[in-house]
Amino acid sequence: MTNKKNTLLAGPYLIWAVGFIVLPLFMIVYYAFTDKQNRFTFDNIVAAVSDPANLKALGMTLLLAALATAICLVLAYPLALCLTKLRLKRKNSIIFLFILPMWMNFMLQMVAINVIVEDNGVLNSLLTALGLPTVHIANTFGAILLGMVYDYFPFMLLPIFNNVSCLDKDLINASHDLGANGISTFFKVTLPLTLPGVVSGITMVFMPAISDFAIAEMLGGGKIMLIGNVVEQSFNKGQYHQGSGLALLLMVFVLVSSFITDKDGEGEGGTLLP
Amino acid sequence: MKKLGSVLRGLYIALIFVFLYAPVALMIVLSFNETRSAYHWEGFSFWKYEALFNNDTIMEALVSTVVLGLCAAAIATVIGILVCIGMMAMSKRMQGVVTTTANIPLLNADIVTGIALMLFFAAVVGRMSNVTLLISHVTLVLPYVVLNVSSKLRQFDMSIYHAALDLGASPAKAFFKVVLPDIFPGVLAGFLLALTISFDDFTITYFTKGQGLNTLSTMIYTNRIRGILPEYYALSALMFVAILSLILIVQIINMRSAPAVKKTERDMQK
Repeated sequence: MTNKKNTLLAGPYLIWAVGFIVLPLFMIVYYAFTDKQNRFTFDNIVAAVSDPANLKALGMTLLLAALATAICLVLAYPLALCLTKLRLKRKNSIIFLFILPMWMNFMLQMVAINVIVEDNGVLNSLLTALGLPTVHIANTFGAILLGMVYDYFPFMLLPIFNNVSCLDKDLINASHDLGANGISTFFKVTLPLTLPGVVSGITMVFMPAISDFAIAEMLGGGKIMLIGNVVEQSFNKGQYHQGSGLALLLMVFVLVSSFITDKDGEGEGGTLLP
Repeated sequence: MKKLGSVLRGLYIALIFVFLYAPVALMIVLSFNETRSAYHWEGFSFWKYEALFNNDTIMEALVSTVVLGLCAAAIATVIGILVCIGMMAMSKRMQGVVTTTANIPLLNADIVTGIALMLFFAAVVGRMSNVTLLISHVTLVLPYVVLNVSSKLRQFDMSIYHAALDLGASPAKAFFKVVLPDIFPGVLAGFLLALTISFDDFTITYFTKGQGLNTLSTMIYTNRIRGILPEYYALSALMFVAILSLILIVQIINMRSAPAVKKTERDMQK
């Protein structure tokens, strides 16, 4: 099968990749640097980073994405540690249980979260039954944050878990033998050694979070504008050139950060299943 | 002290578990609830399932989602197998180029991939249709097929293929009789994973679909102002069971094929 002629079999794929992966990306670049009369311009890029509405959306997006990433990290790291401490024969099966909800249809997940956080929803019914005051989360910043944390949590958990479970137990024991207590062992041994998993998890949550528009639309009731919503609305209004300017910046940021952190060349697909 | 630690750990694991499963569990329980909107239990009923099967809009979207997923996964599997074989004959550098291109849609933001395809189709064919949607989905799921098939193909013992050639089989015959049966678990896993990814997609579908056609995701999105329909509860329950089965099959295939490889390695060391 190492016959050189077999390289031809890659043909359909290469045509596909050039036609439907590479060329479309150049379309964004083309639209981003031209105006309606197809003349070269920097206006779309300048407008993307100077329009006050865009800057407000950018601030909101960065805040939400950073918060969602931080909450996911704070929840996932201890969970990964707890899961590896379990004495189980098949560690992969237990992590599988925590990844499974991710596969539920994304839109139906959003519907389910709405059922919980609606003003007269499950959460408030529960609070009323307990004699507590009700909360107003539906269609707010909080609902979007909850949706992001829920949706992206597995992306944080998996790389950290993979890293933590490969950790050499002898190093921890050695640290204890040499007199370090639990806390300093964690900060001097465990955390530095599992940093690659943490970085990978942060990228895998932060990247989709800054480009989202559907979660904000489904859970924020269209009241909160993120960068993704600005992009989506410019295309809905037919402003392809302005929209492409913003989309190009998003693309450059996401691809550059991904290639920097994803040195092994292994995309999320390789780690989606344990 | 040690006991307290393990109790706290168990508690924490349980807490996150509840957080992750509460939404879907709630939808399943409420799908059997007699009442329409109130969140208290009024008795057991199947009426939401009846309503689901009688709702033409949702049923059409469901059929579109399944047909689209099957077609996209099938096309991607064929192209994926071909490129994986082709890659075996390539230099390491060429292989790297192919894998990196394959990974672009994985790494890129979905909204950018969707918009890029939309702009491209708008320039080439003018408007979005079922064909543009299918092409986009194939592009979306191809990397998953390539990842699964190529990892299985790398484990394949090439001397078996050469033995088949020495015994007089044509390269094509040797592939179908010897190689394909061996890498089949990887092919099937790739196909099913592609199917699941296609079912789950919203963003790329949203930008590349023609007017008049909806998948489940875009149908729910378009109807978001109408609030939560009773049919959604039943739909969630059924979807969860379907996706659970698909992913379990992929998982079992992957688990089964992994130990087999280790066994042959061990045999060879003897």
